[in-house]
Amino acid sequence: MDLVALRGVSFAYSGAPVLLEIDLVIREGDFLALIGPNGSGKTTLVKIILGLIEPSSGEVEIFGRPPAEFSEWGKIGYVPQKATHVDPYFPASVEEVVGMALLARNRRRGARGGQARAEVRRALETVGMGGFGKASIGRLSGGQQQRVFIARALVTSPRILFLDEPTTGVDAETQASFYDLLGRLNRDEGLTIVLITHDIGIVTKHVNRVACLNQRLVYHGDHEDFCRSAAFRDMIGRGDHLISHEH
Amino acid sequence: MQALFAYGFLQRALLAGVFIAVACAVLGVFLVLRKDAMIGHGLAHIAFAGVALGLFLNLLPLAAALAVAVASSLAIVKLKDRAGLHGDTAIGIFSSLGMAIGILLASMARSLNVELMSYLFGDVLAIEPLEVWLSIGLAATVLITVRLNYDQFLFVTFDRESARAAGIKVSRLDALLMVLAAVTIVLGMKVVGILLVAALIVIPAAAGLQVATSFGRAVAASAVIAVAAVAGGLALSLALNVPASAAIVVLCFAVFAALFLIKKRGRVPPGAA
Ligand SMILES: Nc1ncnc2c1ncn2[C@@H]1O[C@H](COP(=O)(O)OP(=O)(O)OP(=O)(O)O)[C@@H](O)[C@H]1O
Ligand SMILES: [Mg+2]
Repeated sequence: MDLVALRGVSFAYSGAPVLLEIDLVIREGDFLALIGPNGSGKTTLVKIILGLIEPSSGEVEIFGRPPAEFSEWGKIGYVPQKATHVDPYFPASVEEVVGMALLARNRRRGARGGQARAEVRRALETVGMGGFGKASIGRLSGGQQQRVFIARALVTSPRILFLDEPTTGVDAETQASFYDLLGRLNRDEGLTIVLITHDIGIVTKHVNRVACLNQRLVYHGDHEDFCRSAAFRDMIGRGDHLISHEH
Repeated sequence: MQALFAYGFLQRALLAGVFIAVACAVLGVFLVLRKDAMIGHGLAHIAFAGVALGLFLNLLPLAAALAVAVASSLAIVKLKDRAGLHGDTAIGIFSSLGMAIGILLASMARSLNVELMSYLFGDVLAIEPLEVWLSIGLAATVLITVRLNYDQFLFVTFDRESARAAGIKVSRLDALLMVLAAVTIVLGMKVVGILLVAALIVIPAAAGLQVATSFGRAVAASAVIAVAAVAGGLALSLALNVPASAAIVVLCFAVFAALFLIKKRGRVPPGAA
């Protein structure tokens, strides 16, 4: 089943083109790495899929509907880029932060009720933060905060997960266990994952699909084919664009 | 002291004051965390034009102030969205315009000045029965509305982008919060006056945020602090014969300072590590 379909999607910020004629289909079970240099439009593309930005032209469908008509937002998990720029003085507890996302499923009840609390606990355990429910989000390290945001994206048991550079500022060991977790969710629970990353290493290890963006969709296909493709050699040749970067 | 509570005017002041203080304190936590704290100051100045208009046209000043403040709060939200102005710029424009119009109206009808003064500095002990019930009704409506939208307000305050991605109508909530703020500030004006109402919004919230580890606790602490300050301020006002508004604000600050010092001694501030 196609979870996401883009047909001829273009986008410009006040005249300056960012995306040109993107055709992209994301199928159930895909673990897609979305790669490309800084400013190539990766974040913009995901925001268009989520209906946060309207494309200048072209069609977007998510679960078979245009984002404006879509309402089951609990089926989608999202970790925005720079999610960890948390106000250190914001008094929210980790439980409160994770529970927020339950509003996507039930606008009134949100995180209230025993079942919701159990789901929050389970999501935190999944990312190895089970003991931190009562902790204040501002007092966690950057990597711990990132795990909490991933738990928040998982708490509604989504069918598809969008992660925008989720491991920026996360140590190597945590990164490795994080990617193992994603791999497990994808394999065992059939979770579809779209991962924006600059880390070419992960691309060769866990994912099964690659989309390479540079205003246009330069490459989209299986990860094995990608490794043999001209686009990949281009990428490696321009490796300076692909190392992870600070914002 | 017991005998004092028999006085109708004191009961009324306390009743209205407590409801209004809780509404101010609860909204204050959201506004402070959104870095919209000065909206309290701005909308109060705008409400001044409404009060003057009400006195000028012989309407209930509280009702006129409500109408003007609510309309302006929506205009501020629109201006922020459309013109790409920073929130504090939009507030600055409207609040000075409100004050200017208020002054113009006041100068055109000289006799109003005494009553206008009571709005500038607040006079909760002179609150009339009709205003008490209006205030309680509105403050309760504000609190119920916040309760119903609490989770959504929290999500939007913490992380707008993700809230939007969760299908929450962020701009609608922004407008709702601003309208609630406008109503609350006009009510707060009755208690401490236009010049001091920002204190009821900002100081209890800032004090509550000093000690809270969760959002729910911050809201609860802020409300308790505001109620204590209003009750204590009224008592001080009677005991020492000082204006209640000033006593309330000074007490708010005393609690804030005490919590700040306790926290500074007790532990490292969040995020310092
Ligand atoms: N709010 C905005 N207003 C104007 N231009 C923008 C805005 N946001 C992004 N852009 C432009 O759109 C282009 C694509 O940005 P986008 O954030 O999608 O890139 P990206 O591929 O995610 O980059 P990065 O790897 O740095 O995160 C960039 O050239 C950027 O300058
Ligand atoms: Mg990006």
